[in-house]
Amino acid sequence: MTRFSAARRFLLLSSMSLALVAASGCKPKAGADGEGSGAQSGALVIGAYLSLTGSKADFGIKTQQGALLAIDEANAAGGVGGRPVKLVILDDQGTADEAGNAVTRLIDVENASAILGEVSSSLSLVGGRIAQRRGIPMVSPSSTNTQVTEIGNFVFRTCFIDPFQGEVMATFAKEKQGFTRIAVIKDVRNDYSIGLAKAFIETFTKNGGTIVAEESYNEGDTDFSAQLTKIKALEAQALFVPGYYTEVGNLAKNSRRLGLNIPLLGGDGWESPKLREIGGNDIVGSFYSNHFAPDNANEKSSAFIATYSKRWNEPPTALATLGYDATALIIDAMRRAKGEPTPAAIRDALEATKAFPAVTGAVTFDANRNPVKPAVVLKVTADGDKFVAEIQPAGAAPAAPAAPAAPAAPAAPAAPASGAAAAPAGSGSGAAK
Amino acid sequence: MSTFLQQLVNGLSVGSIYALIALGYTMVYGTLGLINFAHGEVFMIGCYIGLYAAFWLGYETLSAASFSPMSATLVLLLAMAGAAIVGMLIERFAYRPLRGAPRLAPLITAIGVSLLLQNIAVLAFSANPRSFPSIITEHRLEFAGVTITNIKIFIFAVSILLMLALEFFVKKTWTGRAMRAISVNLPAAKLMGVPADRVISLTFAIGSALAAAGGILFGLDQTKLEPLMGNMIGLKAFIAAVLGGIGNIRGAAIGGLLIGIAELMTAGYISSDYRDAITFVILIVILLVRPQGLLGVVRQEKV
Repeated sequence: MTRFSAARRFLLLSSMSLALVAASGCKPKAGADGEGSGAQSGALVIGAYLSLTGSKADFGIKTQQGALLAIDEANAAGGVGGRPVKLVILDDQGTADEAGNAVTRLIDVENASAILGEVSSSLSLVGGRIAQRRGIPMVSPSSTNTQVTEIGNFVFRTCFIDPFQGEVMATFAKEKQGFTRIAVIKDVRNDYSIGLAKAFIETFTKNGGTIVAEESYNEGDTDFSAQLTKIKALEAQALFVPGYYTEVGNLAKNSRRLGLNIPLLGGDGWESPKLREIGGNDIVGSFYSNHFAPDNANEKSSAFIATYSKRWNEPPTALATLGYDATALIIDAMRRAKGEPTPAAIRDALEATKAFPAVTGAVTFDANRNPVKPAVVLKVTADGDKFVAEIQPAGAAPAAPAAPAAPAAPAAPAAPASGAAAAPAGSGSGAAK
Repeated sequence: MSTFLQQLVNGLSVGSIYALIALGYTMVYGTLGLINFAHGEVFMIGCYIGLYAAFWLGYETLSAASFSPMSATLVLLLAMAGAAIVGMLIERFAYRPLRGAPRLAPLITAIGVSLLLQNIAVLAFSANPRSFPSIITEHRLEFAGVTITNIKIFIFAVSILLMLALEFFVKKTWTGRAMRAISVNLPAAKLMGVPADRVISLTFAIGSALAAAGGILFGLDQTKLEPLMGNMIGLKAFIAAVLGGIGNIRGAAIGGLLIGIAELMTAGYISSDYRDAITFVILIVILLVRPQGLLGVVRQEKV
C-alpha cells in the first residue's frame, strides 16, 4: 500500500519536474526557475541546514533563532516584491552525511532559491560543494575556514575568516597581554581548528613569539592530561585552544587539575553557555575572539539586541546575530536581484553587495566572497563573557571595497590543498563516530 | 622525571576506568562467549543515572561543596543498581532469546542494542553535553612535582577495591563457582543443577554495575557527559579485555591499566596524534602474537 503510493508519488513528481524542465527550457536552474514562475504568488524559499540536535546543537539553535527573526521582519515589511519569504530548516545533526542529504533535499524537494548554513566549517564544505554544483547560492553565517568560499562563486559568508581570527588572537596575546611563550592544542579532525591554529602560529611567530608545543586532540576526547602535562613542563604562558565549546570546558578543568594555571585563548567556537557550565571556575579568566559582543553595542546593534531579546527572552549570541545577518543579507539580495529572484540572479546580487548594514559590521565582499570585518575579544568571567577589545582588519576599513581586500586573496588559497582533501575524510570519520 | 611520573599517574587514572569497564566485557565473554558491545552504552547510562541521582538527592548548584560523603556513596550505589537493571534487561530481551543461535547472531544483536541505547540516550538526555555534578570536593595534592587530585586517588582506590571484591566473589562464593562452571560447559552446568539463566543474568548485573561505577568515577574526573561517550571508551575497554586475555578477570584489570599507560605515554612522548592509534596497534599486535591475551589460556575449541 505505502509502497504503491510512494511509487505513484515518485512518478507524479518526476513527470512534473520533466514538464517544468520542458517549460523553462533552461537546464541548470530549471527546477527553481520553473517553480518560481509556476507559483508566481508563492513564497520564496530559503533553505537552511543547521545542527539542531547533536553535540553542537547550540550552534544550530542560536543561528535558527536569528534567522527566524530576520524572516519575520522581512515578511512584516512586505516580503520580496510582494511574495513572502519562507525559511525551511533541516536538521543535519552536526554530521557530514546528514548535511549533504539536507542540502540536496532543500534544493530538490523544497525548491530553495538560496541556502543558509552551516556553522561548522567541515559541514559548510560538504553543503557548499553541493550548492555550487547545483547552482544555488549559499551563505554560511559563521564558517570561518578559508576553504569554504573557495568552493566556488556560489558560496558566500557573513563572518571573518580564520587567518584573520588567528591573527587577532595572536596580536592580542602578544601586544595586549605580553605573552611570548604559547602552546597550541588543536582538534586534528576539525578543519576550523586546524586552520585557526595555523593562522595563529604564523602570526605569533612572525611577531617574535615562541610556540612551545603544538599538540592535538580528537573531537569527543575527555582526557587531555597527557598533552597538558607535556605543556606544563614547557612553561607556556598561555594555551591557544582553537576548538569548540564541547571540549574546551573540559580541557580547562584538566589543566587546572594538573596545576597548569595559565589562561586559555580561543576562537568563536567557544561561544556557548555550555562552556561555563562544563568548565566552571576553571575557564574563568580565559579569552576568545568573536564576531560580536552585546556589551560593545552601537546604535544598530542595540536595536537588534532589543528586538531579539524580546522575541527569544535571552540576549543574542554572536552566532544568533550572524544567523540574522546572513538571512537578512539573502533577503536583501533577493530584493536587489534583477528580474525574477532566480538562484542565479540572487547570486549576482549577493556578489554585488556593497556595505550591507549588518549588525556585526558592514558587509562588502572581497574577491573571494569573504566580508572584511572587525573582530572582538571577550574575556570569560564568572557572570558572562565581557568585551575586552575590538581589532580591525589590518589595512582595510570595514566598508572599503574590493581593492584593499585584494591582499587577503592570496592568503586564502595558501591554505594547503592537502587540507582540502582531508576535509571530507575527517568529518566523515567524525560522523561515523 | 616528574613529567614521566605525572604521565604515569595520569595513565593509571585513565587505565583504572578502562579496567572497570573491561571487567564487564570479560565476565560476559567468560560465561557466554559473547562480546557484549552494548557494554559501553551501559557505562554511559550509568553515568547519566548518577547525574540524575545527584540532582534528586538535592544537589542544586554545580559547585556546591556541601554534598555529604553519604550522598556521594548513595549516588554511586544508585547508579550501579540502575545500570545492573539495565544490564539484566538487555540480557533478558536481547540475548536470552538467542542463546541457542549461532555465535554471529548475538554479536550482531549486541551492535544493534548498542546503537539503540545510544539513540534512546540522545532522545532522553539530548545530545548536548552535560556537566557532571562535583559531588566530591576536589583537592589538589603535590608529591615531588607530581600533581594528583583526591579524585584520582579515589578512582584508583575504588577500582582496586571493586576488582578485589569481584575476584573474591568469583573465586570464593557459590554463585561465583556457578559462573565458572557455566563458563567451562553450559549444558553440563545445567545438568548439575546450576540455575544457568539466573547466574547469567547476575553476571550481566555485576558487569553493568561495575561499568556504572566506572561511569561515576569518569564523570567525577572528566565532568562532561554525552550520549555517545560510551563508544570510544567501550571500544578501548574491550581492547583492554582482549589484551589481558578475554574471559580472565585479572587480565582485564591489567589490560586496562596497560592500555591507559600506553595511551598517555604515546601522547606524552611520541605525539598526541597517535594516542588513539596506539590502542588499536596493541590490539593488532596482540591478536597476531598472542591471541589468547597476556593471562589467557588456550582453550580447545569444540567443533
